Amino acid sequence: MNALRRVTPQLLTLAALVALVTVFFPDFLRIEVVNGRLVGTTMDILKRGAPVGLLAVGMTLVIATRGIDLSVGTTMAITGAVAAWSITQGYGLGGALGLALLAGVAAGLWNGTLVAIFGIQPIVATLILMTSGRGIAQLVTEGRILTFSHEGMAFFGSGDVLGIPAPALLWVLTAAGVAFLMRGSALGMLIEAVGVNRAASALAGVNATVLLIAVYVASGLCAALAGIVATADIRGADANNAGLWLELDAILAVVIGGNSLMGGRFSIAASLLGALIIQTIDTGILLAGFPSEYNLVIKAGLVLIILVLQSPNLSHHWYALRRAAQSRRETAMASAKETGQ
Amino acid sequence: MKHLLTTTAFLAFSASAALAQTVGFSQIGSESGWRAAETTLTKQQAEERGIDLKFSDAQQKQENQIAAIRSFIAQGVDAILLAPVVATGWDSVLEEAKEAEIPVVLLDRQVDSDKSLYLTAVGSDLVHEGEVAGKWLVDAVSGEECRVVELQGTTGSSPAIDRKTGFEKGIEGADNVEIVRSQTGDFTRAQGKEVMESFLQAENGGKDICALYAHNDDMAVGAIQAIKEAGLKPGEDILIVSIDAVPDIFQAMAAGEANATVELTPNMAGPAFDALDAYLTDGTEPEKFIQTESKLYTQDDDPAGEYERRKGLGY
Repeated sequence: MNALRRVTPQLLTLAALVALVTVFFPDFLRIEVVNGRLVGTTMDILKRGAPVGLLAVGMTLVIATRGIDLSVGTTMAITGAVAAWSITQGYGLGGALGLALLAGVAAGLWNGTLVAIFGIQPIVATLILMTSGRGIAQLVTEGRILTFSHEGMAFFGSGDVLGIPAPALLWVLTAAGVAFLMRGSALGMLIEAVGVNRAASALAGVNATVLLIAVYVASGLCAALAGIVATADIRGADANNAGLWLELDAILAVVIGGNSLMGGRFSIAASLLGALIIQTIDTGILLAGFPSEYNLVIKAGLVLIILVLQSPNLSHHWYALRRAAQSRRETAMASAKETGQ
Repeated sequence: MKHLLTTTAFLAFSASAALAQTVGFSQIGSESGWRAAETTLTKQQAEERGIDLKFSDAQQKQENQIAAIRSFIAQGVDAILLAPVVATGWDSVLEEAKEAEIPVVLLDRQVDSDKSLYLTAVGSDLVHEGEVAGKWLVDAVSGEECRVVELQGTTGSSPAIDRKTGFEKGIEGADNVEIVRSQTGDFTRAQGKEVMESFLQAENGGKDICALYAHNDDMAVGAIQAIKEAGLKPGEDILIVSIDAVPDIFQAMAAGEANATVELTPNMAGPAFDALDAYLTDGTEPEKFIQTESKLYTQDDDPAGEYERRKGLGY
């Protein structure tokens, strides 16, 4: 119940957006079954939202420790390139997935070590990999789009289970797994403690260094999954463009989810709703058929409105307004009772 | 007799080699597969002509290109090929080359400097490419109603603007062909696929779309996957025409999943060396702009063979 109240603003925003897109595109919510698969715009959103959704899971944890991970977009490019390379080299599906996830772990270890052990500011520490990572990915792909035709690998981009797109399932399951791990154990609380005050939590006996490295590794793993989805989707690794600027969308998803960039309390469910909100905007713009020059302006406008409506100062006013309305209603009811007597 | 032949051959060889023995080539960098293919072909062309090519990769930075040109001048090369990363800021370094009497040939992109500062520019006419694609489609549908969806390149980039204008020019006068939806796919496969998915949703599951025009092959390759996943046959249910002629589109054409592509040839160096040869032999001034051919390839042009010929070029 408490969790539901936490995500109410995000749910309302998403509902409002869906209503708005439906005005422009009446068939928005229609879902058909074609060749045993669910086909429709909502399915496209769930599928297309997978990379940002996956990145947002890891990003939420990093941001909860008062950090930030700018390298996730490039990590996607690296892991996607590794996956495509190992498939074409004949390492098989297991080998390709394993190597890609390993590359994600390596990226996370690099970031985590710079942040937790050397004490470099997270934004700078992860900027290093953000700028150099595409070069690494290009070294793997030798500067070209590395294509493959492996149905098992392509499944992660365009396959489906019981009619539901595989990428959608992947991000829902990943998010549910991580959320369960965080809230089913004390891990989530410990991460929040480190985010609020690292020194105090270390004094209280939390191994803050290991925990910090672990969240960056988790973020790297999520980026690896996103990279696999992106590569499987186009059956090729595009080192120049895979995950380009997606780190910003992931951060935006976390912020729309109402998580503070100052660390502390976090909600993975809210971040995911943030990712869905962003994808609904993106898909809605494509469906509405505006000239492409307006795409980013419309997106920026909608994001601005959403953030202003959710801003803490305004929410205080909402609360005051509701209280005032409530007390007015109570007085009116009381006076009505009095006159009735 | 045999002796005479070898002498002539030797003379001919040494004569052409004497014209342009060393040529400096300042390349932008390796921004795309096409760029890599251009580099490969330039090196091949130089080798075939017995030219010693001094190659410099600028890694997308103008200052690196200017430094490279200055070092070419200092080395006293016979000519310079320049693929400029941006259009402005070349005046002083081009003047230095002119004073040293080294002809400069621009490849693929133009500069805003005075025309007297370079010998010629070799490039493709982007509007013409779009026009060729549009005319092909008008011929292919032969009078039948055709609702076209368009995948644009990066919004505001000159290839996107020119290829759009050209296509519209190509279908001008054919009232049966109409662009119904047009969105940017950012020249990438992933975006091409995503935008095509939304086109398919918006146009009755794709049943109302007769053809796709993509500003580059990569977006078309992405869109082909989207069409297949929607249960339609690309190349039959939806005609596909795009621009660039990269290897992967020939693979799609060989499989019958794409219909036509217009070549943006990466062989800009061939015409450049020809112009240089003529200029250095008898001082023939070439035109200020040498337009490369925008060749149309369809499924009848041995796509499988074209794929084999192109895949090693580094696309």
